Amino acid sequence: MATLFEHFNFVVVIVLMMTGLYVVFASNNMIKKLVGLSVFQTSVFLLYISLGKVVGGQPPIIAEEDLHHAPEAGAGVAKAGADAAHAGAGDVAHGAHEAAEVLYSNPLPHVLILTAIVVGVATLSIGLALVVRTREVYGTIEEDEIDNLDYHKNLEGAAK
Amino acid sequence: MQIMSILPEWILSHGAASIVVIPLMLAVLTALNPNAKLAWATVLGVTALSVFTALGLLIQVMTHGPIHYNMGGWVPPLGIGYYIDGLNAPILLLISGVALLCTIYALPSVAAEVEPKKKGPFYAAFLISFAGLLGMVVTADAFNVFVFLEVSSISTYVLVAMGASRDRRALTSSFNYLIMGSIGATFFVIGIGFLYMQTGTLNMMDIARVLQEIGPGDRVVQLAFAFIVIGLGLKLAMFPLHMWLPGAYAYAPSFFTAFLAATATKAALYLLLRFTFTVFDPSWDYIATALMILLSGMGILGMLAASLQAIFQNDIRRVLAYSSVAQVGYMLLGIGMATTLGLTAGYLHMLNHAMMKGALFIAVGAFWYRFGITQVSDMRGLGKTMPWTMAAFTVAGISLIGVPGTAGFVSKLKLAQAAAENGWWWAIGVIVTTSIMAIIYIGRMIEQAYFQPVPEIDGKPVVRNEAPMAMLIPLWIMAAAALVFGIQTEWSTSLAEAAAHVLDAGPNTLIPGAIDALPDAGGH
Repeated sequence: MATLFEHFNFVVVIVLMMTGLYVVFASNNMIKKLVGLSVFQTSVFLLYISLGKVVGGQPPIIAEEDLHHAPEAGAGVAKAGADAAHAGAGDVAHGAHEAAEVLYSNPLPHVLILTAIVVGVATLSIGLALVVRTREVYGTIEEDEIDNLDYHKNLEGAAK
Repeated sequence: MQIMSILPEWILSHGAASIVVIPLMLAVLTALNPNAKLAWATVLGVTALSVFTALGLLIQVMTHGPIHYNMGGWVPPLGIGYYIDGLNAPILLLISGVALLCTIYALPSVAAEVEPKKKGPFYAAFLISFAGLLGMVVTADAFNVFVFLEVSSISTYVLVAMGASRDRRALTSSFNYLIMGSIGATFFVIGIGFLYMQTGTLNMMDIARVLQEIGPGDRVVQLAFAFIVIGLGLKLAMFPLHMWLPGAYAYAPSFFTAFLAATATKAALYLLLRFTFTVFDPSWDYIATALMILLSGMGILGMLAASLQAIFQNDIRRVLAYSSVAQVGYMLLGIGMATTLGLTAGYLHMLNHAMMKGALFIAVGAFWYRFGITQVSDMRGLGKTMPWTMAAFTVAGISLIGVPGTAGFVSKLKLAQAAAENGWWWAIGVIVTTSIMAIIYIGRMIEQAYFQPVPEIDGKPVVRNEAPMAMLIPLWIMAAAALVFGIQTEWSTSLAEAAAHVLDAGPNTLIPGAIDALPDAGGH
């Protein structure tokens, strides 16, 4: 039970994934199928986003002062190396140590999933466009009714 | 070496990227182009250029070994790397070659099947689909594979649906393909996610290296493998995940069916080979089991079930579509054996099948173009009314059956040899049985065409009405290839052997050199 709560986001992913797949397979209505497909794909987005989470990590954004701080620290080290007796050397080393300890979440899965979201939107829009065309041609978007309308045409395809 | 010197510099340095980027960029221009002829000319130019580039890349790979290309100069594993070796270079040439021939065929075919104002976008969608297939094959970045897979798939759904002006069932077929294809691609991307979870990288070479360190015992990697195989299985129409295929092949515009049948499943099959053999390690227990039970087993079932279904279809394109599922079964059987000979046979059948099915579907498109024929029973007298088209159809058909002297025979014989070498005698029985089934479903059409009288309209027999040259030329090039590769077997076999050699080396093909050449990214 504790494991379930520790991996709470994965539980959500699995539930969403199964719900989505079930809706795709079980529904007869083309739009409901697309909804199921979207839910299914969303579960994958969540899976990827969970991957990028580092426990205790902060958002992977380097603050501007840190950016300026880093080269200064480097220059400081160089200076310290040149002048070994310089009293500031200890402080600089401390600063560098502190900077290394900051944990960032992994941004890569988030970037990947942005691409996957775009792909998902494209798939959904093509799917909906097909639904619109199907409705224009058949007058229905229920798959069993479409099958009935095509019954005689499909019979021609089978052996006589 | 002499051949190398005539290749232009840009192919040697940037061929790997340009083969994908040029079609993708020109697709935008083609979509905006109001002039259909000009759009067609663009596609023709692009595909011809791709054939040239693919040929150059193939020569380069064969003489100088694998090509590593870093997209935008970013070094993998941080950047996206493209990688071409003996396994994917022939597939690139195959896809480009089929695309070029189909484009020539498209001029009359698309004019008859697609509304004039939709032609520009139609050709643009084709270019995107083409670029997506090439991208899937050329990239060495696992997530990039998914992106290209979806690029090619989404444009394929559009193109299949364009067949609605001929038969409204194209809409529902396209919708089914969209649902199944998206589930397949999503399964694939889940697998990639799990791999990333365990390896922390997306570059195939890097994944292969880290997987070797992790070893075969890792549950998450096993799960990743399962998701990737099922996802790709959907894309390559592995029985019983093939339900989208007959509809998509039967109702797409005939130009696109020819292209789709010859290339789409091959690109997915290449990915299956790449992942199973070189990213994962085929010597691991669960992968060896999956190869033998899942791929060979499903291959065998697919051969039998789909051949049987093909016999009972009456729509010509549905017959050929079910036959395609059966032929994928042959390839999977060879791959599942995981021996050098089996892999050679499977790969060779991939190349040969593309030519045969391309020719068959082009011929069927020509029958429709001239006489509106879609049913087997309507093929009466075609031997007299369209003698050249029907002759090419017959050549490709007997090659599909596997008559000696044709390409189909060479690969089926290799497959039977591989089965014998493995001691799988029952598999030879299945190969022979399904070939007999092919005699039935192809023979039924040939019988109608040659041994039935020419149909009469208003009491007069239908006059001879041959397909236009733009259809006959690509048709005969493919049919002649099916004959030439049946007699002159060295070229195609040496390509297949080179590919099998790459696969034999397993993950080692990707690991050495590739990673050694990379600067140590961790140190900075």
